Amino acid sequence: MKVLKTYDDRCIGCGACMTVCSMTFFKRDDHARSAIQMLPVEGKGFHLVVCEQAACGKCVAECSTQAISISKQGTVLINKGICINCFACVAACPIGAMRRHPEEITPFKCIACGACAKECPVDALAIVQEEAAVMGTDLKSLQEEA
Amino acid sequence: MSAVDSQALKSQHKLLAEYNYQLRPVERGYNNRTLFIDLGSKEIAEKPVCFEMKRKFVGGKGFDLRLLWDAVQETTRWDDPENEIVISMGPICGNTNYPGSGKSIVATLSPETKIPVDCNVGGYFGPYLKLSGFDALEISGKAQQDVIVFIDGDKGKIQIIEAPGEAVDSHVLAEELLPQFAALEKDKQHYSFVTAGRGGDHTRIGCLNFSFYDKRRKVMRFKQAGRGGTGTVFRDKRIKALVVKFSRLTGASNNPVDLKKVQDLGLKMHHEILSQDDQQCRMRQVGTAHLVEIMNDYDLLPVHNFKFGMHPQAEKLSSHEFKKWFTQGMPDGCWFGCTLACCKAADNFELLSGPYRGQRVVVDGPEYETVAGVGSNSGIFDARSVIEINFYCDTYGLDTISFGTITAFLMECYEVGILNKERTGGLELTWGNTPAVLEMLHQMASGEGFGAEVASKGVRWMKDAFATQYSADRQFLEDIGMEGKGLEQSQYMSKESLAQQGGYYMTNKGPQHDEAWLIFMDMVNNAIPTFQDKADALHYFPMFRTWFSLQGLCKLPWNDIEPADNATTEAPSKVPEHVANYIELYTAITGFPLDKEELIRQSERVYNFQRIFNLRMGGGSRGEDRAPYRAVGPVTMEEYESRRERYDKQLKEKMGVDPDGLSLEEKLRLHRVYREEQYNKLQDAVYARRGWTTDAIPTVEHLRDLGMDLPELVEVVKKHLP
Repeated sequence: MKVLKTYDDRCIGCGACMTVCSMTFFKRDDHARSAIQMLPVEGKGFHLVVCEQAACGKCVAECSTQAISISKQGTVLINKGICINCFACVAACPIGAMRRHPEEITPFKCIACGACAKECPVDALAIVQEEAAVMGTDLKSLQEEA
Repeated sequence: MSAVDSQALKSQHKLLAEYNYQLRPVERGYNNRTLFIDLGSKEIAEKPVCFEMKRKFVGGKGFDLRLLWDAVQETTRWDDPENEIVISMGPICGNTNYPGSGKSIVATLSPETKIPVDCNVGGYFGPYLKLSGFDALEISGKAQQDVIVFIDGDKGKIQIIEAPGEAVDSHVLAEELLPQFAALEKDKQHYSFVTAGRGGDHTRIGCLNFSFYDKRRKVMRFKQAGRGGTGTVFRDKRIKALVVKFSRLTGASNNPVDLKKVQDLGLKMHHEILSQDDQQCRMRQVGTAHLVEIMNDYDLLPVHNFKFGMHPQAEKLSSHEFKKWFTQGMPDGCWFGCTLACCKAADNFELLSGPYRGQRVVVDGPEYETVAGVGSNSGIFDARSVIEINFYCDTYGLDTISFGTITAFLMECYEVGILNKERTGGLELTWGNTPAVLEMLHQMASGEGFGAEVASKGVRWMKDAFATQYSADRQFLEDIGMEGKGLEQSQYMSKESLAQQGGYYMTNKGPQHDEAWLIFMDMVNNAIPTFQDKADALHYFPMFRTWFSLQGLCKLPWNDIEPADNATTEAPSKVPEHVANYIELYTAITGFPLDKEELIRQSERVYNFQRIFNLRMGGGSRGEDRAPYRAVGPVTMEEYESRRERYDKQLKEKMGVDPDGLSLEEKLRLHRVYREEQYNKLQDAVYARRGWTTDAIPTVEHLRDLGMDLPELVEVVKKHLP
C-alpha cells in the first residue's frame, strides 16, 4: 500500500505542503483546497492530517455509487465522473482527511502522489510502502468491495 | 435472464406512441411543467405549472391532488379510465445532500376507499422524473394491451410501448427489463422502474414497486407505495412498467439557489447520523425493525388481530433476529445521500414456497409494519416466515400492511367459527399457520380460490359479506375489522392512546400512521393530557408530516435520528433543530422565504384540499372518521381479562365506578360507553382546532384564511355546511 507517512515532530509549520498540494490539483495557492492539512497543536507544534488510504477504507464502504475505490497500489481514489456529490464520505472519514471546499462540488483527498513530500524542507512527509493488513485492514477485501 | 432471452422479449415490443420534448435544466427545484399521458387515446402532452400552483400546492402530494381533482368527476370510480395514477416529487426532492430527499408521492382514487389515497415512496423514479424534466406525471386512460411507458431524460423522448411478453411480478420483470434498457453494468444505476405484480390484477390491495439499482448486490431493489390499491389501478390501466432514464446526476442537478447551504445542511446531518445512530435507533443496522421490541415492551405491538399489545414469543421477531438476515455495513439508502441507510435487505434468501420455490433472492426489509402485520398480528413468530411472506407480497405487488391486517381479521373469524375450512376452500387460517397464509397469498396472485375471491377485497367488504352470507354477528365484525374509510389499519395498538385513535381515524386517507404517531407523547409521557392538548397535537403533527410529502422528503431523518441534545430542547417531540434544517433547506433550494408557521400553512392548504376532495367523492364527513371499537377499547372478555388490572383501575379512576361485583359484560359495556364518548369529544376538539365544523367540514372562513377559498372548493363545502 502506497501511503503518505507523516512525522509531526519534524513539522515546522511552513505550509509548503499545502501550497504544493493545492497548486498541483487546483492550480492555485489556497490551503483550504489542500488535501493535506497542517493543524496547529497548542504548545506542541503541528499535526499533519492526511488519508491513511487502504488501511481505513470507511469512505469506500459508505459510497453508494462506488465512486471511491482502492487502486492496486492501495490508494483510495475518487472517480469524479461517478461521484454524485453527497459528501457522505466526508462525514464517514474518521480523521477529516476526506476534504470539502465550499466552492467545489466534489470532495477531494490525498492520493499519495508525493508532490508535498518532495517539497517538504524537513522531511516531515514521505511516501512509503506499507502492508495494509499490518495496519488492521484486509486490503484484498476492500479492493473487492471497490 | 440472459441477454438473448431479454432481446427476444424486446422483439415483441411495438411502439404505440412517441413524443419528443425539449430538455432544460431544473430551476430552483422545479421544472414548471408536468407530463400528461392518456393510455387510451395515446396522447402525450406537457402542461405548464404556474406560480399560483406552486404557491398553493407546493409539489408532491399537493400537485398530485390538484391534477387528480381536475381529471376526475364526483362520479368517477377507481376503475374508470379518467382515474389517474399521479406521481410527483416536490422541490426538495432530488438533491443528493440532505438525507431522505428522494421520495416520490403517488396518488389515485383508491379501490379500497373510493377517495384519494397518497403514498410516499423511495426509489429513484421520482427524482429521475424530475431531473428528466417534469414536476409530475399523470397517467390517465387504459391501454388495450400491457404497455411500458419509457421516459428518456437523456434524449428528451417519451414512448408508449406495447409489451406483451414480460412477466408481471416485479422481481422477474426487473430482471427482464434491465438488460433491454441498460446494456452495460455502469448504466443500470441510471434507470428506475415502477412496476406492480399479479396481485394487482386480482386484488384491491395492489401496491407499486419503485426501483433503485443496488450496485453492490447488482440487482434492482424496490420500495413500495403500499397503501390503498395503487397497484390495482396501475394494472387496471394495463401498465406493466414505467421506466425512466437519467444519467447526468450531480449534486447540482436540482439547481438550488444556494448549493453551498444545501451541502452544509446535508453534511451536518451525515455527521449527526454517523455519530448518533448506533446509540439511537440503529436504522443503519436494522432499519425500522428496531421498533418491534420497543412496541412489545410498551404493550403496543399488535398481536392476534390487535387483541393484545405484547406476546411472550415476540423476541423471535425482534430486530436482533432480523439482523442475522440483513447484510451489514452496506450503504442501504433508497436515494443518494441518505446516510440513514435504513432499507436493509436479506441476501441470498432461498424461497421455500410458491412459484419461485428454490430461487435465491434479495428481499427488501422486512420493515416494522410488515413484521408486525404478517408476524405478530397474525400469530406468526418466526423471522424466516415473515421474510418469505414479505418477498411474495412485494413481487406480487401486494401491500404488506393491508395483507397483514386482512390475514389477522380472517384468522380471528376462523378461530371464532365465522369461517371454517369449507368456507375458506381448505385453508386452515388458525393463528400462526404460515403455510395457509402463504397459500392464500399465492392465490391472490394466481386469481384463484379464497385468497382471490374473498381476502383480496379487503376487511370492509369481508365484514359485510360475512354478516350477509354467514349470518355472522355484524356488530362483532364491525368491532374487530380494523379498517377506517375502507383502508386497513397499520400496525400499532391505539387502545390506550386516545390521541392515537384520532391519529389513525381522523386522517384523510384512512388509518395510516404517517399523519400522526402520538402514542408515546400521549400514553407513555402523558404530555398531552387535555382534549385541547390532543387537538393541538392532532393539528400540528398531521400538518407537519404532510409537509414531507409536499417536498419529496422522507419522514425518518426527522425523528428516527435526533441531535444529541434534542431532549433538552423546549419541544423534543418536534425535533426543533431538524425543523430549522428543513426551513433552511427549502429556502436554499427554492429561494422562497419560509418560517415554521408558513410551513404548517403550506401543509394545511393541501390537507384541507384533500378533505374537501374526500367530500366531493362522497366521503369526508364526521361519520367517515369512525373507528372500529377494537382500536378504542377491549371488544372481548378475553381482551378484558388479559389486562384486568388496568381496566379495573380505569373503571375506578376514570369512570368513578367500583368494579367489585360487576360482571365482565357490565365492565366491558361501561368501558365502551366511556371510551366512545371520549373519542366523540376528541372529534369535537380536533375539528374545531382544524377550522372545521362539528361534522368535519372545513368552513369557508377557514379556507379564506388559508387562501384556499377556490370556487371549486367553496362549491363543495357549501353543499355540506348548515
